[in-house]
Amino acid sequence: MTNSAADPVLSVADLRVTFGERTEAVRGMSLSVARGETHCIVGESGCGKSVTSLAVMNLLPRGAARSAGHIRFHGRDLMGLSEREMARLRGDKIAMIFQEPMTSLNPAYTIGSQMAEVFERHRRAGRRAAMDRAAELLARVGVTAPGMRLGQYPHQLSGGLRQRVMIAMALMCDPELLIADEPTTALDVTVQAQILRLLQKLQQELGLALLLITHDLGVVARMAQRVSVMYAGQVVESGPAAAVFAAPTHPYTRGLLACIPVPGTVRRDEPLGSIPGMVPRIAPGFIGCGFRDRCGSAMPECAGAVPLRDAGGGHTHLCRLLPDATRAPGA
Amino acid sequence: MRLFLFRRLLLAILVCLTVLVISFTLTRLSGDLAASIAGPNATASDIAIITRNYGLDRPLPVQFFDWAGHAATGDLGRSFLYHSPVRELIGARLPVTLTLGLTGLAIALAVSLPLGILAAAREGTAIDRAIMLVALVGQAMPSFWLGLVMIIGLGLDLQWFPISGVDTWQGYIMPGIVLAFSAIPALMRLTRSGMIEALAADYIRTARAKGLSRTKIVFKHALRNAAMPVVSIAAVQLGFILGGSVVIEAVFALPGIGYLAWESITKNDFPVVQAVVLFLAVIYIALTLLADMMNALLDPRLRG
Ligand SMILES: Nc1ncnc2c1ncn2[C@@H]1O[C@H](COP(=O)(O)OP(=O)(O)O)[C@@H](O)[C@H]1O
Ligand code: SF4
Ligand SMILES: [Mg+2]
Repeated sequence: MTNSAADPVLSVADLRVTFGERTEAVRGMSLSVARGETHCIVGESGCGKSVTSLAVMNLLPRGAARSAGHIRFHGRDLMGLSEREMARLRGDKIAMIFQEPMTSLNPAYTIGSQMAEVFERHRRAGRRAAMDRAAELLARVGVTAPGMRLGQYPHQLSGGLRQRVMIAMALMCDPELLIADEPTTALDVTVQAQILRLLQKLQQELGLALLLITHDLGVVARMAQRVSVMYAGQVVESGPAAAVFAAPTHPYTRGLLACIPVPGTVRRDEPLGSIPGMVPRIAPGFIGCGFRDRCGSAMPECAGAVPLRDAGGGHTHLCRLLPDATRAPGA
Repeated sequence: MRLFLFRRLLLAILVCLTVLVISFTLTRLSGDLAASIAGPNATASDIAIITRNYGLDRPLPVQFFDWAGHAATGDLGRSFLYHSPVRELIGARLPVTLTLGLTGLAIALAVSLPLGILAAAREGTAIDRAIMLVALVGQAMPSFWLGLVMIIGLGLDLQWFPISGVDTWQGYIMPGIVLAFSAIPALMRLTRSGMIEALAADYIRTARAKGLSRTKIVFKHALRNAAMPVVSIAAVQLGFILGGSVVIEAVFALPGIGYLAWESITKNDFPVVQAVVLFLAVIYIALTLLADMMNALLDPRLRG
């Protein structure tokens, strides 16, 4: 399998994001994505997935503060870059697409104009060349009659088409890293499947490093080589997707898996349905396991520092329980 | 789009008719017109002659349709005061008022757009608060008072500008500023709130994720969307400015429509009063239509 530690395109270590004194939305995230690899971040709504991706892009909203051991892109630490230097990477080497295809495009400008401006900005290309490139990419993402679409406005397109446009726009400058924050969540099921297939195809053809964010384990099962399960601002379990699905080690991951019927991986002895409770809001300086209010295996010592345990093969989890113990039948 | 314009036009005609009826009724209610035309020394038979000559003895609806019919063909009647066609009176004064109104609007936009954009881009900072304070103070300032202060300060003491008349273009500056002042707070506030809303939109996050420059993001992506409500309000404000010129033209003794209106109201020159009210209503409606069309240009969704 791909070893993302060898030469990762993106490597994040100990990322933290706080909103004021009361909220630490991301609490020491580490992850890496290699060329040609799809790394999924999965977790419930509100657990810090979007904040993580925005922190990598340095696009956090006002009021957010980030710190990190490093955020390296091809070995170059992005933490030290000025806004100007970062802007030069965005849209060029690092591209991002968002959850809301309905509102992520500017209603006042044509598809062509919005696609072309990325190319003009980063490639110093003229309008004609940029439009040609835009048409080429629209065709590539499966949009019919690209020449006609270029002159249309976002409101004239369906949600699925708009998301294709967003993907095409992200690919204008041949990025090496594509961050996709829940790109299919707002779409209906059949369109979701089409867009996922498209992303997978493009990722393989272009050798993209794809950081795919989702709350849907079905998407992970279909797309990911690696998966990081996020809970309350932390990666609670990470590893090769196959290993994590075959033998989830963290109680939260097992709870999530119990919520969806993935053939062969559902533990019949656990109830189907969502995990009771909500993702807590956690303040800076919090110690202990963030999941302990909802965990069936919680013990008094879960209020203390939680160790990171290694199940082998790059499969780790953040829990007092040993991998073997969590895997024991009926545990 | 065509249907949209057609509906607007129909509405405009209805509004015009309503304004006609109201202005007509109001002038008729303001006492015995024949007596005020004839003057204080007129005899009863003088008044009777005038009443008959001007057709004031006919039923009101007949008078109204007679007048409206003529107005529709562009014949607005004759002034009692000037003894010349009202159309000529308005035509001669129109350039002054239009120049004044457009000067006022231009000054207002030149001040409120940059300040509104700056306040939005620096939302919540001291700069933002300072700008909003200026808007608040501006709003609290009565325009005739500001006009007098400027006449005394800039006109009489410093002698930078002429204090009355429009013999040179400088004559438009002070009244233009005074009129602009009344429009600035609303325009600035709207620019600011529109920009704040636009800057928080998802498409701005997309623009940032594309690595676009701050200038492009603010002036291309945000401003275009924030401009729509500003255009609508700018048209309304120009209407207010033209209405406000009644006071300002009197303060600065400018020979415009506002001055004519003031004069004709005080002298009960009712054909002129009616015509000016109708004229302002038409301008007002034309401005709203213009704003709708500009918005349709700005927002592709309105073009359908
Ligand atoms: N603009 C903000 N201001 C304050 N807190 C925020 C803001 N955005 C996100 N957060 C906090 O970060 C947490 C994670 O948000 P997010 O990353 O959007 O979750 P998700 O995993 O659903 O993408 C939220 O629960 C919230 O507490
Ligand atoms: S550390 Fe304790 S509370 Fe947290 S997941 Fe493990 S067992 Fe549950
Ligand atoms: Mg999210």
